[in-house]
Amino acid sequence: MKTAIIKYNAGNVTSVINALERLGVTPILTDEVEEIRSADKIIFPGQGEASTCMTYLKAKGLDQVIRDLKQPFLGVCLGLQLLCKHSEEGDTDCLGVFDVNVRKFPPLDKVPHVGWNKLTDLKSPLFKGLNEPFFYYVHSYYAELGEQTIAQTDYIKTFSAALHKDNFYAVQAHPEKSGKEGELILKNFLEL
Amino acid sequence: MLTKRIIPCLDIKDGRTVKGTNFVNLRDAGDPVELAKTYVEQGADELVFLDITATVEKRKTLAELVTRIAKTINIPFTVGGGVTSVDDVSAMLYAGADKIAVNSAAVRNPGLVDEIAGQFGSQCLVVAVDTRHTEDGHRVHTHGGRTPTKIDTIEWCNEVARRGAGEILLTSMDHDGTKAGFADELTAEISEQLPIPVIASGGAGTEEHFKTVFEAGKADAALAASIFHFSEIPVPQLKAYLKAEGLPIRVVG
Repeated sequence: MKTAIIKYNAGNVTSVINALERLGVTPILTDEVEEIRSADKIIFPGQGEASTCMTYLKAKGLDQVIRDLKQPFLGVCLGLQLLCKHSEEGDTDCLGVFDVNVRKFPPLDKVPHVGWNKLTDLKSPLFKGLNEPFFYYVHSYYAELGEQTIAQTDYIKTFSAALHKDNFYAVQAHPEKSGKEGELILKNFLEL
Repeated sequence: MLTKRIIPCLDIKDGRTVKGTNFVNLRDAGDPVELAKTYVEQGADELVFLDITATVEKRKTLAELVTRIAKTINIPFTVGGGVTSVDDVSAMLYAGADKIAVNSAAVRNPGLVDEIAGQFGSQCLVVAVDTRHTEDGHRVHTHGGRTPTKIDTIEWCNEVARRGAGEILLTSMDHDGTKAGFADELTAEISEQLPIPVIASGGAGTEEHFKTVFEAGKADAALAASIFHFSEIPVPQLKAYLKAEGLPIRVVG
């Protein structure tokens, strides 16, 4: 099985690579269109600023490549947000796979949302074996709830902790940093 | 609900943990990775590795250690101690650290906070603030709390938050090592003013101290070292207590 991590102008992917290696998978890190298209599983990690990352994806032609993919695809953190319609971060038009928008948390509590929080209302094989797990979050923007929401988390607002449409899955928290429960999500994804 | 974080801190010298531990099940109690694994299994929410190595040459050992930690443990960890430049930060993040703590270097050059946050994002930047109460009020101290400055602690915390710090690690030198409780009042004052999380450090001696620093002290996280290393209060016992007291706590397994 070939697992590709999409390389783009976003933060440290080392932790995602390490997490996959702990599961016995050696991923390739690539921005080559053919490598991405021929992979069995694709992970789209992210840490960074939405408009900068979208600009980079467009410059590489990866925006359309990603939309056209048919194999299981997992967005993580900013990866989830870039799969939505629009982000308030840098007023950015995103990939539009998921039919929800990304908004900035209102300053009613500390922002960013940092730490371990619970995922509820789990509705996907991605969460097989998990019952309201705690995951590690670090983010200032959140995806709204919608019909494609497959998990929710409460912080200031109730937001989409995970989304799913066709072959596209995405989680806002960092499974690669969320202990055994996080590893289980990655394992479930690799077994899809 | 966002949970309150429990953070064991490991002091590192030349790639080894110092002060030792009394974990009986460790093959090598001086190996930070072994100790880190134990804390992860016990349900620690994050780890902090504080490097007290002096020389530049030996800092390479730290980068190798950080790589090994990152490969092994599956929760977030912060590396601090002697970080003086953007290059230091870059090296540690590249090795796999999730966050970097800066302390004295930020006091010497506050612009370093803006630089690091601008280049790598606030989410990976913890500003460590060592404070001591003096006749003038709470004042920032540097060099492990040994060197006093004229900087007001609360003003400094606000300033680094404005400059882009992602979190504050507040260590009360008055409380550190006393096991008489955290600096609840000062922690609360800072936490209520700041838009970013505050990690309380210094003074943990009992389970109740953690409850108090989360409730009265408004801390988002609490850090301790010796009480965990010597199993005076094992992490699972502490978390079970806090949960039973009604605090939002992540309990594993």
